[in-house]
Amino acid sequence: MARSRTIEVGYLARVEGEGALHLSVRSDRVDRAELRIFEPPRFFEALLRGRHYSEAPDITSRICGICPVAYQMSAVHAMEAALGVTAGGQLRALRRLLYCGEWIESHTLHIYLLQAPDFLGAESAIELARTQRAAVERGLQLKKVGNEILRVLGGREVHPINVKVGGFYRVPTPQELKPLAERLDWAEAAARDTVSWVAGFDFPDLSRDYEFVALRHPNEYPMNEGQIVSSRGLDIAVAEYDQHFAEQHVPYTHALQSRLDGRSGYLAGPLARFALNFDRLPADVQQAARAAGVGAVCRNPYQGIIVRALEVLYACIEARRIIAAYERPAEPAVALPAPRPSVGHGATEAPRGLLYHRYELDADGTIAAANIVPPTAQNQASIEEDLREFAGSWLALPDAQLRLRCEAAIRNYDPCISCATHFLRLTVDRGAGDG
Amino acid sequence: MPAARRPKLAVWKFASCDGCQLTILDCEDELLALADAVEIAYFPEARRGQIRGPYDLSLVEGSVTTPHDRERIQAVRRASKKLVTIGACATAGGIQALRNFADVRAFAAAVYASPQYIETLSASTAIARHVPVDFELRGCPIDKTQLLDVMTAFLYGRKPNVPAHSVCLDCKREGNLCVMVAHGTACLGPVTQTGCGVLCPSHNRGCYGCFGPKETPNTAALAAWLRRLGLGDGEIMRLYRTFNADADAFRDESRRHGP
Repeated sequence: MARSRTIEVGYLARVEGEGALHLSVRSDRVDRAELRIFEPPRFFEALLRGRHYSEAPDITSRICGICPVAYQMSAVHAMEAALGVTAGGQLRALRRLLYCGEWIESHTLHIYLLQAPDFLGAESAIELARTQRAAVERGLQLKKVGNEILRVLGGREVHPINVKVGGFYRVPTPQELKPLAERLDWAEAAARDTVSWVAGFDFPDLSRDYEFVALRHPNEYPMNEGQIVSSRGLDIAVAEYDQHFAEQHVPYTHALQSRLDGRSGYLAGPLARFALNFDRLPADVQQAARAAGVGAVCRNPYQGIIVRALEVLYACIEARRIIAAYERPAEPAVALPAPRPSVGHGATEAPRGLLYHRYELDADGTIAAANIVPPTAQNQASIEEDLREFAGSWLALPDAQLRLRCEAAIRNYDPCISCATHFLRLTVDRGAGDG
Repeated sequence: MPAARRPKLAVWKFASCDGCQLTILDCEDELLALADAVEIAYFPEARRGQIRGPYDLSLVEGSVTTPHDRERIQAVRRASKKLVTIGACATAGGIQALRNFADVRAFAAAVYASPQYIETLSASTAIARHVPVDFELRGCPIDKTQLLDVMTAFLYGRKPNVPAHSVCLDCKREGNLCVMVAHGTACLGPVTQTGCGVLCPSHNRGCYGCFGPKETPNTAALAAWLRRLGLGDGEIMRLYRTFNADADAFRDESRRHGP
């Protein structure tokens, strides 16, 4: 007799946005695992049509309050590609500094407030603070340093106002960045403590043979630029994205699922960035990784929390380096040519992974078409594959514990459901002369 | 800790980017003290557990865009002694209210593979269009200091200290050079409510209206000035039609310059 059992998590907690999980079990085997995203769609690609290209960074930042800088960065790079300009030198360095702030803020939020409670048996960081107050306070202060970078350089933490196509509205003086450097010295030490703290958690011995996908840059750990590469040999320019990646619409979720060259799900995000770019990390971050027990490649999604902590450490060191080398540029932005009918692609590394934007511009600079593929959408298939593969060994657990296990497996990905949801769109668009 | 029962706080999400509720978690210096002073009874972004209502204070983020959410906000109101909306989505429909100026079916067809899977309303609307609201906190996103003030005000029974005057006034107080007069930069500062800390003019940028219309804004007079700066109808319409597109004063002015 086939015994059937259904596990529902009606509203996933400690993730950004609204999602649910449906797991069905037949004959003691996981039959289906569905991540259901019911966040109401907000139609960003449609509402961008008819807006001026200069508005895209601010409008798309409203897709996500946790990673607005990622949207601003992918948008400005895509628009600059369409216009045929590049913002180099200190402007490029300042963008990287802003991204460091967002990585620190977003990763630390996830490590301390969203994910650590799963490992330590608490239902929230506030409950955790009753037993580990010093650790939670360290996390909050570390997160604050990331937010301070965003405020000093971007004007505010959520939806910074200082980013524009071509550069910035106003660039800071070296004196304005100096207090950040002092805070970053403390943050670097706190990040090292964070790595040791999370490395001591108890990790289930689970791993999968993921296809990792991330940017790769000739000499930097990737943030704003690079080729899109994978652990199975993909190596393409950002502009070639649409030739290799396709999204599928499934009825139970408000987010499309991405596929790479017709293969099964792939993985974007910290584990992928780390595995594909370990050699681009400074020696002491590599050493911290080895000391934390993750080596150069980590395939255990639960240990993503260690990799996030290592990326926070890297971002603190990198931010400090950028500030030390900073000289105020003469102009806050590069001059922009008159628009022309054009297409621009941009991809940057959001805290949760690769974030791709593509825009078509009219002769007057109006956006004629937009396509945005956020990392959580790309990882959705991989999340479900994890659950199908891992949950089989948890079926002896009672429902409440099984539910908690599944939720924790989803939180490994730091899913950003507000991001994932806006992007539903026609798959048949691809066959209709895309480009 | 006082022996008295701590007030219960609930945080609800509708269509939004999560940035306004994230502002609560961005109160890094105050979060643990806040959690001592109030019982954070419902806040799925931050905790798994849930304590049943009624709630002394509900903070509502996001706009109403689906039939399900139209019902859900009624239940939230019933469970809440005081209800405060936080942010431009909840108080003016948010950027997703741009659908209100278009045919939502055309919008959906442009974006969706199978629009029949998705239930959506033709308009994105503010919470106050559906239920009585005790206070509307503006901003895209809200300001952290104002949020802490409003929470304190409602939990301890005083009036919130949130000014309704223009960005322009505070810009003068800051001693900023006027970006519109000095540089000819289009700026919504004269008609936008203060609260952000005059961020954009302080960064040599025109205000783009994150906090929505100030009390009694003269949007038409500003539109005439914008025209003198060389802006066409399309540009003026777009300037008024962003994150607070469905706020009455901005919506009506934008309609005078476009469809």
